[in-house]
Amino acid sequence: MSCTVRVASPLRSYTRGAAVVDAEGGNVAAVLAHLEARFPGMRFRMVDEQNQIRPHMRLFVNTEEAPDLTHPIGSGDTLHLICALSGG
Amino acid sequence: MLWIGTRKGLFALRPDRTRRSWQLRGPQFLGHIIHHIAQDPREPRVLLMASKTGHLGPTVHRSGDGGRTWQEAAQPPAFRKAAEGEPPRSVQRVFWLTPGHSSAPGSWYAGSSPAGLFHSGDGGLNWAPVAGFNDHPMRPRWAAFPTPDGEFLHSILVDPRDPKHLYIAISVGGVFESTDGGCDWTPLNEGCAADFLPDPAAPFGHDPHNVALHPLAPDRLYQQNHCGIYRLDRPERRWVRIGRAMPQKIGDVGFPIVLHPRDPETAWVCPMDGTTVWPRTSIDGRPAIYRTTDGGRSWRRLDRGLPARQAWFTVLRQAMCADTRERTGLYFGTTGGEVWASHSGGESWRCIARHLPEIYCVHHAEGRA
Repeated sequence: MSCTVRVASPLRSYTRGAAVVDAEGGNVAAVLAHLEARFPGMRFRMVDEQNQIRPHMRLFVNTEEAPDLTHPIGSGDTLHLICALSGG
Repeated sequence: MLWIGTRKGLFALRPDRTRRSWQLRGPQFLGHIIHHIAQDPREPRVLLMASKTGHLGPTVHRSGDGGRTWQEAAQPPAFRKAAEGEPPRSVQRVFWLTPGHSSAPGSWYAGSSPAGLFHSGDGGLNWAPVAGFNDHPMRPRWAAFPTPDGEFLHSILVDPRDPKHLYIAISVGGVFESTDGGCDWTPLNEGCAADFLPDPAAPFGHDPHNVALHPLAPDRLYQQNHCGIYRLDRPERRWVRIGRAMPQKIGDVGFPIVLHPRDPETAWVCPMDGTTVWPRTSIDGRPAIYRTTDGGRSWRRLDRGLPARQAWFTVLRQAMCADTRERTGLYFGTTGGEVWASHSGGESWRCIARHLPEIYCVHHAEGRA
């Protein structure tokens, strides 16, 4: 199942500057695993060692927020990797 | 080269041969939070850096060319996966980096918040939890009083005579010692005050801000604690409060303590205001370094060249260091983004950089990058 991934700017050092990449997988976990295989190190910056999405990251499938990594992704969906508006 | 880790990136100050002129380089990693940077004395071209960003998780970068280029760790420090019913722990920041023993090239230790100890055997590219500490049955009690940012594991010290002899410090938790390479640990806090605890005589729960071991006299340890300045001469287990010899109106609260590279009797501290609501600024807005040359029996104020008034900065625990030159260079970075240097053992100071972001750490790397 293929989808589109929109990559927030803090993560583009991993995607060699690409803001949009293609990926495969039926849920968020599978898509992130696919991204990790192509862009090593990227996943751990978004998801901690207990498989929890980091507090300042937001993952949306189309317009619906994914609360955890089991959230399904369908063919043609867009996974948005978004950095929460925070900091200073 | 003086490396400067800030809340917004990594900078470097390169001196000329006389150390009179310093050229600011950088930033590298603009916008990244740099908690610590350390040079590998066994392989001086190697540097490790602990960082994260406001959004992204913590990681470690390694440079093999003196800081020109950096490679991210393939497996950054991370706790093991929590067992069923066990509270999950995840590294929020890598806070401290220490090269391992000289007999183990490529060996490094890292400390994290929440308090965790990690080891790399391949020069910092792959990290594994040190189970002897992270899963120690007493660890939940040792680190039971986290700050709102979590507790911090720092001051990882390796005895140069014995790679299995280690010390660590936890803010808040105390100082701990291992004699078996990290498999088991015991508290080492006797004699240290813990005014903030209901039981001031508790064996752990203390707040060591910075602990240092003298490389040429490894039985001599110094500690700048939340509650005083201490010295410990092993095999004694009771710390002696050498901060009692500080002027009463200055007190003995601060973050860093820096040792002379050759003289175990000489150390420098940077006192801060620990009264009332704990401003943690220069005392009365008049920053000063204090130096002992007799193991803490007496202290001397050193403030020539530093602002005489209305300077309210803080020097964090990793933000002061010494070099190893014959005339020892001392350096500190402030939360206001200034770097100050002395090449007279602290007798006089001058500002060598300003307008930087909040400085978290400074590290003098020997040799020219």
